[in-house]
Amino acid sequence: MNNLTDDTNQTINIEIDLILDAIFQKYGYDFRNYSRAHVKRRLLHRLAGSHFKSLSQMQHEVLYDPSFFQEILKDLSINVTEMFRDPKFYLALRTEIIPLLKTYPFIKVWHAGCSTGEEVYSFAIVLKEEGLYDRVQIYATDFNRSVLDIAKKGIYPINRIKEFTANYQQAGGKQSFSDYYMADYNSVIFDQSLKKNIVFAEHNLVTDSVFAEVNIIICRNVLIYFNRELQNKVFTLFSESLINGGFLCLGSKETLQFSQNAGLYDVLNAYEKLYKKRII
Amino acid sequence: MNYKAIVIGASTGGFYALKRLITALPGGFEFPILIVQHISSNSDNFMARYLDGISKLTVKEADEKEAILPGTVYIAPPNYHMLVEENFTIGLSTEEKIRYARPSIDVLFESAVYAYGNQLIGIVLTGANNDGSEGLLAIKKAGGLTIVQTPEQAEADMMPQSAIDLAKPDHILPIEGIAALLTSLNNNQKNSITT
Repeated sequence: MNNLTDDTNQTINIEIDLILDAIFQKYGYDFRNYSRAHVKRRLLHRLAGSHFKSLSQMQHEVLYDPSFFQEILKDLSINVTEMFRDPKFYLALRTEIIPLLKTYPFIKVWHAGCSTGEEVYSFAIVLKEEGLYDRVQIYATDFNRSVLDIAKKGIYPINRIKEFTANYQQAGGKQSFSDYYMADYNSVIFDQSLKKNIVFAEHNLVTDSVFAEVNIIICRNVLIYFNRELQNKVFTLFSESLINGGFLCLGSKETLQFSQNAGLYDVLNAYEKLYKKRII
Repeated sequence: MNYKAIVIGASTGGFYALKRLITALPGGFEFPILIVQHISSNSDNFMARYLDGISKLTVKEADEKEAILPGTVYIAPPNYHMLVEENFTIGLSTEEKIRYARPSIDVLFESAVYAYGNQLIGIVLTGANNDGSEGLLAIKKAGGLTIVQTPEQAEADMMPQSAIDLAKPDHILPIEGIAALLTSLNNNQKNSITT
């Protein structure tokens, strides 16, 4: 056996436990129940690009330099997203959930872990095209203030528009996508009227609790970074926030199946991970 | 040496190479196999279903938090990185593309090194980029077994050649040779466990 490697790996794992504890105690962000392979990869990537010799040295900087911590926060929270990410998901939303939402006089939507907002605007566009926008309240939350600032602005680099437009068309878009934004040389700004019924707010799924009763929760590719225990905790938070008959929409590789909350839901679409909370 | 898992990276031409490799493995093959094949982000799970139908092993698209089981082949889903957790489950991630790829071969290989240490077999097949080279080097450094497809046989020789140049692998073999080596490692290990 290669004991040196095992020993080094064990030391790195101890250092990761310590740095996550330090972050929680000092800044209140709790990554202790995040998927370890992900956290390890991100921290070691930061370490490799730094002048520190070890994670222990880096921990010192995390504790004493809040601006350095902000960099680590960016590393640990994944904010890679796109408009109409997984077009088939939005198509399923349109055909399977929107008709049911139309039966309610007023609809509350919660985008949990909304990151830089691309998927919030995507769903807002769907709601507008389906004639529902004027009777919705959309809560878009994330624990990371800097991504929320981007989400609030609704301004994205112009080089992404080609991809966004293709997604929009595959997602069953009814207009020309360019109806929804204005372009300048480097960026596009989305139709400001899409924001009218959106509230962007800080909310941490790990440490905060229920803040509203909603008809639909969209939380995609957030839970994959949590371990099972934390996933269960968040599923309970979602179940407490959803009205009976409300909808839970997850990322295509996420599942309620192994959660103790699974029995509370019917599966609407197993492939796109659309669930309906039972009316008990 | 007892091995615990195999990781494979493939890109251009990979579908055909993987088909030949996976179908050449015998029933009762016990090492779990984790595969990153570069694929368009809009693809479905066709490759997993197809290989499952024609091979003697169970082939599936990986689900997040799934336990890694013997005799099973896991293929990274399109548009997700696939990682191995140290409790031998699968992790998925949507973080940025690495060298234009998501899933990335390097991400799989590097995470598998932390989980399996020197009990890992890494294989780089055909491809027209250099993903997998760094990951294979990490496996080599940790004392694992490294194998690269003979570049002359590969549909695209850049990826295997890059892996050979950087990682100086233990074996450079055509697909049939890789299948034979894996089968004999599997049989030896089974025999040593039963005796």
